[in-house]
Amino acid sequence: MATQQTRSLARFMMAPSVVLLLVWMVVPLALTLWFSFQQYNPLNPVRDGFVGLSNYALFYSNPAFLQSILNTLILVVSVLLITVIGGILLALLIDQPMWGQGIVRILVISPFFVMPPVAALVWKNMIMHPQYGVFADIARFFGAQPIDWFGQYPMLAIIIIVAWQWLPFATLILLTALQSLDGEQKEAAEMDGAGFISRFIYLTLPHMSRAITVVILIQTIFLLSVYAEILVTTNGGPGYASTNLPFLVYQKALLEFKIGQASAGGIIAVILANIVAFFAMRAVGKNLDK
Amino acid sequence: MARSVTTRHKTIATVAAWIVALLIFFPILYTIITSFKSEQEAIQGFNLIPSGTFESYAEVQAQSGYFKFFLNSVILSVGSTILALLVAIPAAWSMAFSPTKRTKDILMWMLSTKMMPAVAVLFPIYLIFRDLDLLDSRIGLMVMLMLINLPIVVWMLYTYFREIPGEILEAARMDGASLWNEIIHVLTPMAVPGIASTMLLNIILAWNEAFWTIRLTTTDAAPLTAFISSFSSPQGLFWAKLSAASTLAIAPILIMGWFSQKQLVRGLTFGAVK
Repeated sequence: MATQQTRSLARFMMAPSVVLLLVWMVVPLALTLWFSFQQYNPLNPVRDGFVGLSNYALFYSNPAFLQSILNTLILVVSVLLITVIGGILLALLIDQPMWGQGIVRILVISPFFVMPPVAALVWKNMIMHPQYGVFADIARFFGAQPIDWFGQYPMLAIIIIVAWQWLPFATLILLTALQSLDGEQKEAAEMDGAGFISRFIYLTLPHMSRAITVVILIQTIFLLSVYAEILVTTNGGPGYASTNLPFLVYQKALLEFKIGQASAGGIIAVILANIVAFFAMRAVGKNLDK
Repeated sequence: MARSVTTRHKTIATVAAWIVALLIFFPILYTIITSFKSEQEAIQGFNLIPSGTFESYAEVQAQSGYFKFFLNSVILSVGSTILALLVAIPAAWSMAFSPTKRTKDILMWMLSTKMMPAVAVLFPIYLIFRDLDLLDSRIGLMVMLMLINLPIVVWMLYTYFREIPGEILEAARMDGASLWNEIIHVLTPMAVPGIASTMLLNIILAWNEAFWTIRLTTTDAAPLTAFISSFSSPQGLFWAKLSAASTLAIAPILIMGWFSQKQLVRGLTFGAVK
């Protein structure tokens, strides 16, 4: 029934959002693409100019580059594994009848609301500090040598911190999905003599599959651009041991002022994100139809 | 539910769940406890009972002017949320009530802008902000945060508005209600809960945004994320002070978050999980 008038009204109402997002997406990205073909150094403009693909070549030949891509992938995959498997187990546990379920939920969800720099600093100083941290206290209690987490195992330390931040999110989403499972179906399966394991595999897991997909996709978007956690803990080090792609681009751009190389890195980050986004959009799009 | 649950089963589940929950919550709990210790106490090993001093809180305020950062966080998160709502409500409205063939594509495209890694545009944005004299300004950052969260706001509002039955609109139209009356008397009361939920989630997201808020500010517009990051290089004995500052930075949003669990699920899964 849409008349010409309501249709143009609808367009008028959508215009601000669409225009803003279009400008926000196109302008900076076009600039980055342009800079990625330029030699540009705000501190030393003598050799500025068009350099073709050499920024990409430089970025590629930088040993930190491959390391940073590897670190980015390690971070994303490990945190996903920990949070999805941990989240399923935790959701199954919290879904059981118990006393004080509401408070348990509140305690478990809390880390998600802690801003990244606070989460990282709390873990760095209160928990993992080799002298004054709780882990060091525990190690000394058992007569062991405290571990210097950020010196010896920087990636593991960051994975633990980021997983701690995202486990609550996965748990909450999966728990919500679990609680929408039809109680009668569960009962029927139980009456038919299905054990806990087979009930989980044939009934619960398929029911949660959509929620699991969503958790993986949303988390991947955020995990690809982990930044503050690295900034306040290891600062990418030792060496490049805990530098991910966003952190490397930040270093090139705002610390070394190698804008061309940083932009090339940024474009590579966009390509990486787009590969992920392609799958993300398809899955979310499917869910929209239901 | 006719399922009988033995007390034993319930006891085991309760104990297990509480142990896991307390372990997960422990870093936050220990930070709150440490914030009520003196600096000397804070480094004397594991201890769950503080002496109950407020000196770290007083010092954090006196030394670094915590309150100014707190105020910036409030202004930025609330301001950017209101801006986002002003832009998003009409868009979500028209998509929910007069959808076209392209509505779904537009929604998808909006979501895809969220996938662009921030670092990729760090330098251009930095240049634009510098040239427009927006570095370290609240207005600039507010617009930035609005743009970042706009796709989620549009999506969330859309999923809420879509649940408002269209027949009510038609009935109002048949009764001769004008578009304006329709909006004020029929739709607004039904839309308010959805708008409030969206607002709550977006304030949380904006409060915790920790890339642009750190990189585009220095002092004047710096919110709590930037304030806390200044603690990244230890300065002598600072454990109790760090704990006090952290507690202050997360307390308001933690409490808001506890009340927004449902909205969080819905907002961040784009309505796919309810």
